[in-house]
Amino acid sequence: MIDFSVSNRTVGGERHTVGRRVLGAHAWLTYIFLYAPIVVLVLFSFTKDSFGVRWTGFTFDWYVRLFNDTRMMRAAGNTLWVALVTTIVATVMGTLMAIAMERYRFRGRGGLDALLYLPIVIPEIVMALALLAFFSFSFGIIESITGVTLRMNIWTVIMSHVAFCISFVVVVVRASLKGFDMRLEEAAADLGADPRTIFWRVTLPLIMPGVIGGALLAFTLSLDDFIISFFTVGPGTNLLPVEVYGRVKRAVTPAINAISTLMLVLSMLLIFLSQFVQRRANR
Amino acid sequence: MTTLAPDELPIAQRNAARRRLQLLLAPGLGWLVVFFVIPLIIVLLYSFAAPGPTGQVIWTFSFDNYVTLFGKDLYFNAYTRSLVIGLQTTVLCLLIGYPLALHVVLADPKWRTVLLFLVLIPFWTNFLVRTYAWMLILSNNGIINGLLELLGFAKQLLYPSEGAVLVGLVYGNLPFMVLPLYASLSRFDFTLLEAGSDLGGNGWWRFWHIMFPLTLPGIVAGSVLVFIPTVGQFVVSDLLGGAKVDMLGNLLQRLFTRSNPPNWPLGSALALVFMFFLTFIVILYFRNTTEDER
Repeated sequence: MIDFSVSNRTVGGERHTVGRRVLGAHAWLTYIFLYAPIVVLVLFSFTKDSFGVRWTGFTFDWYVRLFNDTRMMRAAGNTLWVALVTTIVATVMGTLMAIAMERYRFRGRGGLDALLYLPIVIPEIVMALALLAFFSFSFGIIESITGVTLRMNIWTVIMSHVAFCISFVVVVVRASLKGFDMRLEEAAADLGADPRTIFWRVTLPLIMPGVIGGALLAFTLSLDDFIISFFTVGPGTNLLPVEVYGRVKRAVTPAINAISTLMLVLSMLLIFLSQFVQRRANR
Repeated sequence: MTTLAPDELPIAQRNAARRRLQLLLAPGLGWLVVFFVIPLIIVLLYSFAAPGPTGQVIWTFSFDNYVTLFGKDLYFNAYTRSLVIGLQTTVLCLLIGYPLALHVVLADPKWRTVLLFLVLIPFWTNFLVRTYAWMLILSNNGIINGLLELLGFAKQLLYPSEGAVLVGLVYGNLPFMVLPLYASLSRFDFTLLEAGSDLGGNGWWRFWHIMFPLTLPGIVAGSVLVFIPTVGQFVVSDLLGGAKVDMLGNLLQRLFTRSNPPNWPLGSALALVFMFFLTFIVILYFRNTTEDER
């Protein structure tokens, strides 16, 4: 990038440094704005203050209480389970679709491309409400035909999460297929490998960083999702973001600070993991 | 859907390729049709139905819901409120994000990635948690009120309020603005500013007539990316605004889950109108920018 200083040559070096200093100060303030809430949250998960909004001394109590809070722990377990199943299903389907989209030319490909982008661009709340309407509608039909009453539970959440994660996996895997050297597959075919062998031994290992990247994205999205979970989970099942939302609406407590801190730490670990995978892939 | 273009292939090979394509597409496409396309169709059908006295859906075909949406003050107020808060959030993000993106672009190349990454990290963490953090800071006995007291001022009721909602929304959506601005600014040729000053333009003139128009695609993209989730969200306005700030997302949530009785047909109509309005904005944006500007 060209140094900004040349642009102000005729105006004089002094104004340029003033301008750059203002920019620098603004950036510092913005970074403080971005990180202050996170620091405060983490800090106040260790405060003795029972309202959790002031620093009155260090304690681990809230974490101990949190781990003894069976309701919260079950919610956390459910959330992890949803994210895990969602990731596996969405990654397999998304990877297969990405290969189809990048490798084949077929009628309706343009339309499918648009359909794949829709779950990313439409407002999440619209998708959530559509899924709620869908489950209620189809459960009604099933009940009128078979007499069996179905209710929304953890599996309706998983089905919904897969639906919005597939598109993200497709985007990430397609990006890794774009830089793929097709001649490697041709070489394998020339050496007598059948399509299945080529897929397992050549294509998949080479696009693996993209697949792992897509999987980590799906896992993070599912773990952090609140809106779709909120509308598609039945009253009998607890999910972490939904449980936290319900409690936060009632009051701010140090226990919420503690669980929020743990959620933050987990998200950050996942970001660094995905960065690490991408770095290795680029090498 | 499954006709392969390379028709020169022998028939057997072509059929095998077609079968492979079907195998690759079927699971994902099937899932998207069942759990995405059909749900949207059901919402469309609901939007023409009528609400029953206990919240059930009565199948009719009328445009009553759409008439209600455009005719009642309650809804009209929610649209204008959403629009105003959405625009305020977008403008604030732009005012904060533009200089920040500029700073990152002008930074030493070895720091650039780190500086950008630092903007993105909070964005990857849970939205609910990030909003909650502001409840802590703005709470009645929280840090800001503590500072105010320390300085000898009276405590302020900082939340729930519309200001708190704005802070939460700007905080949550800032990275959406910074990323496209960064992309736009890093393609900007800074020697053009030099040319501008050779022509006698001062700092502001050069910004308005050179930098601003050339980075407009980034500004538009960032604004669209901030505006859409802002208008549709209900968490921030619910948690930081109390019942005082009513946005489209809150209205939708109430119509589906909380009102007594729920009114799914009306909610469906509102969701669709909202979706088409936003799609319209996105299409406008796509038509006004070329592929590489995005």
